[in-house]
Amino acid sequence: MIDMDVVTLARLQFAATAMYHFLFVPLTLGLSFLLAIMESVYVMTGREIWRRMTMFWGTLFGINFAMGVATGVVMEFQFGMDWAYYSHYVGDIFGAPLAIEGLMAFFLEATFVGLFFFGWDRLSKVGHLIVTWLVAFGANFSALWILIANGWMQNPVGATFNPETMRMEIANFSDILFNTVAQAKFVHTVSAGYVTGAVFVMGVSAWFLLRGRHAEFAKRSMVVAASFGLAGALSAVVLGDESGYLATENQKMKVAGMESMWHTEPAPAAINVIAIPDQAQRRNTYELQIPYLLGIIATRSLDTPVDGIMNLYENAKERIKSGMIAYAALQKVRADKNDAEARSLFDANWKNLGYGLLLKKIRPDVENATEEQIQQAANETIPEVWVLFWGFRIMVAIGFYFIAFFAVAFWVASRHELGKWRWMLWGALATLPLPWIAVEMGWLIAEFGRQPWIIEGVLPTFYAASSLTVTDLIISLAFFVIVYSTLAVIEVFLLLHTIKKGPAERDPLEDPIGGAKVLPMAAAAQPEL
Amino acid sequence: MSIPLDYEILRLIWWLLLGVLLIGFAVMDGFDLGVGALLPFVARNDDERRIVINVVGPVWEGNQVWLILGGGAIFAAWPALYATSFSGFYLAMIVVLFGIILRPVGFKYRSKIADPRWRGLWDLGLFIGGFVPALIFGVAVGNVLLGVPFTLDDVLRPSYHGSFFGLLTPFALLSGLVSVSMLVAHGASMLTLKTVGPIAARARSYGRIASVVTIVLFALAGLWVAKALPGYVVTSVQDTVGPSNPIGKTVEMQAGAWMLNYDKYGWMIIAPVLGFLGSLIAIIGFSARAAWASFFGTAIAIIGIISTAGLSLFPFLLPSSLDPAKSLTVWDASSSHLTLWIMLICVVIFLPIILAYTAFVYRVMRGKVTTESLGRNPNAY
Repeated sequence: MIDMDVVTLARLQFAATAMYHFLFVPLTLGLSFLLAIMESVYVMTGREIWRRMTMFWGTLFGINFAMGVATGVVMEFQFGMDWAYYSHYVGDIFGAPLAIEGLMAFFLEATFVGLFFFGWDRLSKVGHLIVTWLVAFGANFSALWILIANGWMQNPVGATFNPETMRMEIANFSDILFNTVAQAKFVHTVSAGYVTGAVFVMGVSAWFLLRGRHAEFAKRSMVVAASFGLAGALSAVVLGDESGYLATENQKMKVAGMESMWHTEPAPAAINVIAIPDQAQRRNTYELQIPYLLGIIATRSLDTPVDGIMNLYENAKERIKSGMIAYAALQKVRADKNDAEARSLFDANWKNLGYGLLLKKIRPDVENATEEQIQQAANETIPEVWVLFWGFRIMVAIGFYFIAFFAVAFWVASRHELGKWRWMLWGALATLPLPWIAVEMGWLIAEFGRQPWIIEGVLPTFYAASSLTVTDLIISLAFFVIVYSTLAVIEVFLLLHTIKKGPAERDPLEDPIGGAKVLPMAAAAQPEL
Repeated sequence: MSIPLDYEILRLIWWLLLGVLLIGFAVMDGFDLGVGALLPFVARNDDERRIVINVVGPVWEGNQVWLILGGGAIFAAWPALYATSFSGFYLAMIVVLFGIILRPVGFKYRSKIADPRWRGLWDLGLFIGGFVPALIFGVAVGNVLLGVPFTLDDVLRPSYHGSFFGLLTPFALLSGLVSVSMLVAHGASMLTLKTVGPIAARARSYGRIASVVTIVLFALAGLWVAKALPGYVVTSVQDTVGPSNPIGKTVEMQAGAWMLNYDKYGWMIIAPVLGFLGSLIAIIGFSARAAWASFFGTAIAIIGIISTAGLSLFPFLLPSSLDPAKSLTVWDASSSHLTLWIMLICVVIFLPIILAYTAFVYRVMRGKVTTESLGRNPNAY
């Protein structure tokens, strides 16, 4: 019934398109606020250079935003296309924040982004500033609703299973809305976006300064970006710690994998700074530890133990057994909804139904699984430890580096010494790729770390895929690879082209011909391409 | 939590809202699609093409959210429909996505480089991005009227048993062409509103042709549905307030059954009448150079034509040709009572706000797009 090749290809496709989409999203989140801040300074001081800054960074924002829109539609459609059973099973809950995102956030952002570009000569100064802020708020509200949806996949609160409709349904909407995991993820993710925007502005400005071009423009941009980036970096690391803390409540296996902790240690647990995990032997071949630290981070206490992978594996076996009871009871309830005995058995065990479904990969009649098959299914719950362990360490290392980087940049910038510290400018240029590495690692930990679940503890990923053929998926995957690769090349080319051209030297609104505008004639005369 | 509206009413409201959102998409983003499809024909040189692109440039992003919202609303309110149709029409969706991906980048990137080959390629992209989705959305509606070869297993997992080329039947292609002609007419009426001179003149003549074609094809499709096409009828009594489970009813296929609603509820005839009347007004508007009249005409035609399809299908959302008893209907494919209620509150709060600021943006951007107006804006595409 379920073709595992289809599942693997669908996962590959979703991972690729989601990671690709998230190349553009964080820059939109960060740059939109930076634009709003720069334009606020323009409106408050009336100094024209701040408007030129807003317009130049706005051009880069627009190139990036187009890609975010183009790849975002794919994300929304893909749930139904590739994950049809997921859409049926949790659409009652998961669809709501997606639809609200459209209603409340994306409409706002997309409607006003047109006015941001086209409204300069049609709105008052304050009017245009309000538009820019609305774009920034729209983008960030979007992130809120998407992370409420994703937070529910990590921590599925406020929902129950309805045997008559064979799906999860909303029981308590405010639980879903105020899901602590979603809140922590939201602030962590948008902060990462602010850092991305700030690093981007720092890097490009540093390049201008190193080339001795647009010095006033670049220095001002760096001052704004350094302060914004420092705040973002601090918030991302602190709130990252908060989501780590919450993950220990909800996703113990993910945390154990991130720490490569195979066995529960006496509290407070030591943290592995470096480890070489051996997945097959379920131990680390090498580890360098700092005592007590993990216990303190993960439980905020000295006496609560942090569960190791093998203990969680034992728990999973118990939950699978309970899930088998739930599954058997569900069959009876569906055959006869007045079967009160089966109903009470189901109600007592339904929270483990998802664990029972893990067995579907092994045999269709879940309720008859053998001890050996239960072990096999429980094995599935153990994540690929080295990916989580090293992915997490790369992200955290980059996070701490950002705090140091922005602290130094902020100090240098506030002393007006940006021109002197050339190594600092080279550093800003070298930092450019790091936020993207960090955010992709973050999503890798969040999503790959949740496996084998698409909804933690509720629905196994393999069970959620559409009934498609391998050919369907090869065609769509080839399509995405070709189209996305082509667009990536074009996007980078246009960003570089715009950066090389640099900001307008005069006010582009007073003098559109000599300004930033690419007139057919003027651009054709420029050989710099 | 007690819910003031009962499940049956909420399902009906969400069926109406599904129509409102699809019509919203077709009216608002429809002219973007139509303008894209007309781009190579109404504009003869680069200056003209820039004018045409900048007619929709400031507003198309907001307009496209109608599609995103439509997708989100189907996911939230009709999850079974979302799951079955999006996975069933898999390769067709990929083709639509190709068109839709080309649009944001096409608008944004085209005019950034002056090289005519670069611009020519993006112009082709914008044409594909307008024409292909317009065609495929129509083909999809045609296939819904024909019935889609899907089934549901005992845990309600949908599976599709057709092929991509199986979607391209004569009736479905006819529906696709109705969709293309009505959206091209709508795009043309937008161009007559926002441009002057030769572009507006060409738009008027293309718009007139497209409106005539719309009338002919819509009538042809109507005759086909009335005389030859098998429709679907639910023959068991459906529990309109029961849990959403599409298994357990009985459904029959009968020739001409999609016309039964018009016998039962006479007022529904308004929908096809609006389809014809709107196109007629548009033709008069195009001929009399009354731009607003043609715009209202093409918008009314879209409202009428989409409503006709929706009303004919009621209570079906997605009939199954393979296993008619498992067709999805308004009464058995919705979200839970609570979800429909929560989502309705959100729509009631946010939709008026959206309409208000959309109107504001159109007001700010009012006036004709000309070479001079583009010269004033360094951000013009």
